[in-house]
Amino acid sequence: MSSDAVASGGSAPGGGRSRRSGHKLPVKQLLGVVGIIGFLGTWELIPRLGIVDERYLPPASEVIAALALDFGLAAFWVSVGETMKAWFLGLAIAVALAVLLGFIIGSSSFLRKATNSTVEFLRPIPSVALIPLAVLLFGVKIESSLMLITYAAFWQVLIQVLYGVADVDMVANNTAKTYGLGWMARIRYVVFPTALPYLMTGVRLAATVALVLAITAELVIGSPGLGREIALAQSGGAISGMYALVLATGLIGVLINVLMRFIEKKTLSWHSSVRSEVIV
Amino acid sequence: MKVLKTAAYVLALPVLLVLAWWVSTLGTVNFFVPTPAALVNKFGEVWFGPRFFSDVLPSIARLLIGVVAAIVIGVVGGVLIGSVKWLRALLEPTLEFFRAIPPPVLVPVLILLMGITDSMKIAVIISGCVWPVLLNTIEGVRAVDGVLSDSAHTYGIDGWARVRYLVLPSASPQILAGVRQSLSLGLILMVISEMFASSSGLGFTIVQFQRSFAIPEMWSGIVVLGLLGVAMSFIFQWAERNILRWYHGQKEVENAA
Repeated sequence: MSSDAVASGGSAPGGGRSRRSGHKLPVKQLLGVVGIIGFLGTWELIPRLGIVDERYLPPASEVIAALALDFGLAAFWVSVGETMKAWFLGLAIAVALAVLLGFIIGSSSFLRKATNSTVEFLRPIPSVALIPLAVLLFGVKIESSLMLITYAAFWQVLIQVLYGVADVDMVANNTAKTYGLGWMARIRYVVFPTALPYLMTGVRLAATVALVLAITAELVIGSPGLGREIALAQSGGAISGMYALVLATGLIGVLINVLMRFIEKKTLSWHSSVRSEVIV
Repeated sequence: MKVLKTAAYVLALPVLLVLAWWVSTLGTVNFFVPTPAALVNKFGEVWFGPRFFSDVLPSIARLLIGVVAAIVIGVVGGVLIGSVKWLRALLEPTLEFFRAIPPPVLVPVLILLMGITDSMKIAVIISGCVWPVLLNTIEGVRAVDGVLSDSAHTYGIDGWARVRYLVLPSASPQILAGVRQSLSLGLILMVISEMFASSSGLGFTIVQFQRSFAIPEMWSGIVVLGLLGVAMSFIFQWAERNILRWYHGQKEVENAA
């Protein structure tokens, strides 16, 4: 415990985040596990003691049993597959568009100034506002989900790419120019490496947002996937089933977080400032 | 001259876009896309009547109550959990899991627990918005400058004064980063909670227009949500500039050095 305190206290002035500094004490993990067990225990007790009606909040053991049952069902994995497909496609489209536009807009100060007001105006528009439009255009198909996911994820990535491209070191850029590097070569060897950490932050944020919107589209519009299963389970009175699916979405969320951090670490392992990421 | 130039930069693209929209709807009748004039007409007609009081204001009120409650709970809980080491270790994995659950799935859960009521909708907003604020506050409190913390301790600054003058200010950049996330989340949850199960509110009205194929009305609703999002973003930026003036100043000095 005390060594942890010294480590975090000593590095704080530098603005570093030293949580992942290597030698963590197992006590911390142990406490975390105790916390999860404690939470599940409380959840188990609340309906058992009748504080909340068991019909509305089944005990944890029942829900976990229902989740284990789901894991053996093909239909469950089909739904997970549908959700993940929409998530991945939407995210991929958004990232591709945002990177393309971000590099184009970012490399010209005229375009940056001219688009700033439009970007700042379109960005805060909640993507759920597009739900009625998506229903009208695509009905309950996957395209509805894709439209919402792409819209929401696009801005997260675009803003980061714009910051990243603006962050290019002028000296490095001019040096590259002096050495006769062409436009493409400069994008590849000067701008891209500078913008990559920002891009990865954007992609990580967008991945979370994309999952939220994927589930939302399924829940509200009824396009196929876990969200629709939750809505169906709720209206069908399969209460433990519904809670099990909610837990499943949480697990997917955790997995996506872990995956994204892993990818970020791998792609930026060469970069000196891996730890000083931008907080958005 | 400079003012004119800035104005041109700000206005040129939006004006061009609206012009393009106007030209593309000229002469043709597209069922899905209304003309700008029709949209503006409907906008005033639909939203500045009795609907303003029956749907718009209650929605905004629920949103505000939910977001403010989430911020208060998040900051108080975050300061508490962030300052006690063992408590943080105990709760962090569980909280991370809760944050990873996509908030919209809480809508059916809370409908089950609370019924379709106003307090359900507020609870949905709180239960979705609290996590970014809570976890960012914990992180911010944890990263309080060690030297400052020790100095405060040496001067005998403890308890409430320590929270007020040391912990909250140094965590405020992170707290506000969390607040920004929860503001946009709150708007999304407000709309979803009304779309999913409700008989009033912005989200319900817009879906109702869509179901009855009242296309210009539906678009005007989308515009209202958009304006709401933009307004919230501007208010937040204004508040952030004021609260974090010292922080941005400090950053500038650090960057210049």
